[in-house]
Amino acid sequence: MSEPVLVVDRLDAFYGDFQALFGVSAELRAGEVLAVIGANGAGKSTLLKTIAGLMPTRADAVRFDGAPIGALAAHKVVARGIALVPEGRRLFPSLSVEENLLVGGQLRRPGAWSLARVYELFPVLAERRHTPATALSGGQQQMVAIGRALMSNPSLLLCDEISLGLAPTIVRDIYACVPRIVGEGTAMVMVEQDIGQALAAAKFVICLQEGRVALTGVAAQVSRADIAAAYFGV
Amino acid sequence: MLDWVNTILQGVLLGGLYAMFAAGLSLIFGVMRLVNIAHGDLIVLAAYVALVTTEALGIGPLPAIVVVVPVMALIGYGLQRGLLNFTLGDDILPPLLVTFGLSIIIQNGLLEIFTADSRKLQAGPIEIASIHLPGGIALGTLPVIQFLVAVAVIGALQLLLYRTALGRSFRAVSDDQPVAQLMGINNRHIFALAMAISLAVVAVAGVLLAVRSNFDPAIGPARLIFGFEAVIMGGLASLWGTLAGGILLGVAQTMGARIDPGWQILAGHLVFLLVLAIRPSGMFARPGQ
Repeated sequence: MSEPVLVVDRLDAFYGDFQALFGVSAELRAGEVLAVIGANGAGKSTLLKTIAGLMPTRADAVRFDGAPIGALAAHKVVARGIALVPEGRRLFPSLSVEENLLVGGQLRRPGAWSLARVYELFPVLAERRHTPATALSGGQQQMVAIGRALMSNPSLLLCDEISLGLAPTIVRDIYACVPRIVGEGTAMVMVEQDIGQALAAAKFVICLQEGRVALTGVAAQVSRADIAAAYFGV
Repeated sequence: MLDWVNTILQGVLLGGLYAMFAAGLSLIFGVMRLVNIAHGDLIVLAAYVALVTTEALGIGPLPAIVVVVPVMALIGYGLQRGLLNFTLGDDILPPLLVTFGLSIIIQNGLLEIFTADSRKLQAGPIEIASIHLPGGIALGTLPVIQFLVAVAVIGALQLLLYRTALGRSFRAVSDDQPVAQLMGINNRHIFALAMAISLAVVAVAGVLLAVRSNFDPAIGPARLIFGFEAVIMGGLASLWGTLAGGILLGVAQTMGARIDPGWQILAGHLVFLLVLAIRPSGMFARPGQ
């Protein structure tokens, strides 16, 4: 078995005095998908933000390609090859679709993804490339957010609730692109409320409950009853 | 009648200078929401840097721009990384207080070194040259050059913001700082580059000011006010709006002075209040802002 790309090792995270995550551990190899599920406030987004460097933690709590990156600032983490698709998309409203994508690619990390490849993945974006990004529909905005993250050619892509607020058919369209992304050898961590969607797309799953890992397993093998127990702590 | 046409044209030319005071201010506010109270004093500092440069190198004020611009840009980069970055956060008060303190330090530092004597940069024969327009109107060559420089500087800033990767980063950081970091943008570096560009514009404005009129260490705050008025009248969203705001302020001042010399500054302020009353978000604000 190959070395893991990402090792999260007993990670703690704090908002001021409030501790949001307690000793969370996980690993992921190239081309694998990990789903992180759990109730609201369980610490799912916090976990992604901490891996992406938006929240500080112990340096060796996050190891990426063998190097400790837990204490690095976000702009240095993305240069190592970790990109985050933030919750709520967070596109730059004063930039056009294409400018949003170009900002995502401004580090010019070499790799499979380019403006042309992103437009090939989401053809509708090519048609609307000069439109202000926030004038697009919700699903199209989510495509821009994913494309923007891919533009940095990450070896690890973190997706925070990419189905949030979208119609089921649109969610299906967006999830249809996951195999093409991991097909490039990219590992993915996806935070999801939509458990069915998450389990279908992922190889492994962890369930967080009040900042602690309540369940770890292979996505295809965990039962609904296990998840219900881990979700609600019953 | 011709007198009034002449007055308006002089006002337009003066407005170019005010627009340059304003452009640097507006860039900084746009990128990092920092209101730089020391902006006017930095303009005066640039004028003194130009004075020292012309005296030390024995060159004219216009060639001295080549020296003053990089010096001020370096000062801007250092100032931002060494001081102002530490004041930025959710609270808008610390940058106000720190730049206010900086304003006092610059004024007193200049007073200590250069005394309170009025100074002026001599540009030579070009100062009294003029361009004759049909109808007997004469425009000073120097004010015309200054106006053209102002338009060129604002056009260059516009190109920088909307046609370059750096400008894209400026706008991204302005929209959403945490997400800009996720794109690999080092916000602190971007802020410092914005301040460097702001002070490069200040450098040009400072030299033009020093050629146009007398200056002493105490005139900074009034330049800051003129800059603010031009920015707000134009609307924060648009650099060309800033130019229009500067021109409106310049025209109001020269027309006020035409009625009575004591009315020059007051007329500018009155027009500013009028614009605020009628269009509070500025003449060129986009709808919904």
